Amino acid sequence: MTLSGLTLAYLRDRALNTALNVLILTLAAATLTILVLFSAQLGERFDRDARGVDLVVGAKGSPLQLILSSVYHADVPTGNIPLSTLEALRSDPTVAKAIPVALGDNFRGFRIVGTEAAYVEHYGGRLAQGRLWAGEGETVLGAEVARRTGAALGQKFLGSHGLGDGGGGEHDAHPFRVVGVLRPTGTVLDRLILTSVESVWDVHGIDHDGHEGRGDGAHADADHDHDVHDHAPANASRQVQELRPEVTAILVSYRSALAAVRLPAFVNRQTGLQAAVPAVETARLLSLVGVGLDAVRAFALLLLLTGGLSIFVALYTALRQREADMAMLRVMGAKPAGIFGQVLSEGLLLAAAGSILGLALGHGVVAVAAASFERLGEIGLTAWRFEPAEALIVAAALTAGAAAALIPALRVFRVDIARTLSQAA
Amino acid sequence: MLIQARRLTHRIAERTILDLPGFEMPRGEHTVLLGPSGCGKTTLINILTGLVTPTSGEVFIDGRPMTGARPAARDALRRECIGLVFQTLRLVSALTVRQNLSLAQHLAGGRSDEAEIDRLIAQVGLSHRAHARPRELSQGESQRAAIARALCARPALLVADEPTSALDDANAGAMIDLLLASAESGGSTLLIATHDRRIRERFARTVELEPVALAA
Repeated sequence: MTLSGLTLAYLRDRALNTALNVLILTLAAATLTILVLFSAQLGERFDRDARGVDLVVGAKGSPLQLILSSVYHADVPTGNIPLSTLEALRSDPTVAKAIPVALGDNFRGFRIVGTEAAYVEHYGGRLAQGRLWAGEGETVLGAEVARRTGAALGQKFLGSHGLGDGGGGEHDAHPFRVVGVLRPTGTVLDRLILTSVESVWDVHGIDHDGHEGRGDGAHADADHDHDVHDHAPANASRQVQELRPEVTAILVSYRSALAAVRLPAFVNRQTGLQAAVPAVETARLLSLVGVGLDAVRAFALLLLLTGGLSIFVALYTALRQREADMAMLRVMGAKPAGIFGQVLSEGLLLAAAGSILGLALGHGVVAVAAASFERLGEIGLTAWRFEPAEALIVAAALTAGAAAALIPALRVFRVDIARTLSQAA
Repeated sequence: MLIQARRLTHRIAERTILDLPGFEMPRGEHTVLLGPSGCGKTTLINILTGLVTPTSGEVFIDGRPMTGARPAARDALRRECIGLVFQTLRLVSALTVRQNLSLAQHLAGGRSDEAEIDRLIAQVGLSHRAHARPRELSQGESQRAAIARALCARPALLVADEPTSALDDANAGAMIDLLLASAESGGSTLLIATHDRRIRERFARTVELEPVALAA
């Protein structure tokens, strides 16, 4: 039996007290862990998905909504814009890249995005199987889509109206066919079904050869209660009108810094168009979310403080009851520093147990949440990675444990052995 | 001489608790320190074992200075040479009898000797209570366990302060038998402080302490 063994014996001896102290610290550490994982991965995901996109041009409305819908594919679009906008942007010498995005339908909740091969290149997508789309109705699946739907090369499927699962009716007349599957990229690409812009137009009966057409029956009859269809040319009130090829948004990369000064202002002056800067809107979103995260963080820190205080009270009380033990240990030859270290180690051990269990619980909660809530899975939240900030949680818990144990431990140096012995006698 | 003490006095708040011109014990001797409550027996024990620093005087244990030494040196001397048994303060509360002995061995700087622990526990008749915690022991069992713990480090000097005060005649006699046998088998010098005159005849040497105020 060593002094370390004595520490464990003391903790076992007041098992309920030990368990409660560990529980408080576990809850605090778990809450902080969830916050760290959530905020770090959300921020990273935002950065990854918006990387290289300097500007998004779309229909007038909320700029945040435009970014969320066209870059992160997490909201409904603000509307459609004329195809001519794409040509105008491409002819601008300050624009390096302009990639169209045409939205409107989904397959089992995964968005079908009409775009160009440049979109895949932009996110560093590489084919795992098959090839990129070329003809009408050909699609390439993101890795997550392929995994979750089980769709394979050659498989046909029907797109449904709207951008969420279980939305409108299906486009029976225009089935899609899988011709390629992408490797995982860790970006929004994983959760998308990619096809040509023309295929999206075809599905919606938009004649793009002559840039004019009519909506097909399925599309016109569908319940367009949402999403791009509310803004699409096939709106019920316009179902007999001619449909012009449009896109939902254009992702723009600048060639020169001059574009950042000139282009957004130029776009915003155009009727029906707006320019939104992902970096600005993402920062705005994170600051909005941040208020909530800060509140939870403050709560978790309060829990941590409570845990520290609880350890302090427990050790302080225990040490008062154990003064006789301390005197006995001194009589047995234990050095004051040794007993001090033993008491300190009790606080540290409680803190270590609480923080490690808290990390495990935090990761467990994130794993369960990501599996249970599709939205969290969609933003790429995973429990199977560790953030450097988690080391800070452990450090904070250990500091709280050590600080809580310090004052009780210092009593060791003040124990009057003879007086304690005489009082005990 | 194992113990040499000279001109010991101890005062607390101007009151003289102990005034002893000298006290010596040769190695291997068994001595009982008798006197009524308040005569300074416990104070003398505390001074001899380095738990209390006397107001004046000096103590040497096995030729090494106990008084005047630094606290760390006093701790080391106590750890290496002295086994202490108290009236009620006996064992570390969270540990079993066996673990108390094991910790005592560890603190004395020795290696864990399970066989020696078993032997000592058997010697004090507690083999069946080896895994009991102090709160599960009777007064007598607890005191016997404390004796076993004190003997763990094979001390040159075994000191017991009022070991029989809470025991009936039969148990008091058994306790003294145990202390004598343990000291004998371990080759320890034995010093017992007590006001219990029932045990006087068991010791070859008796030192009587008188209360200082009465003595003066």
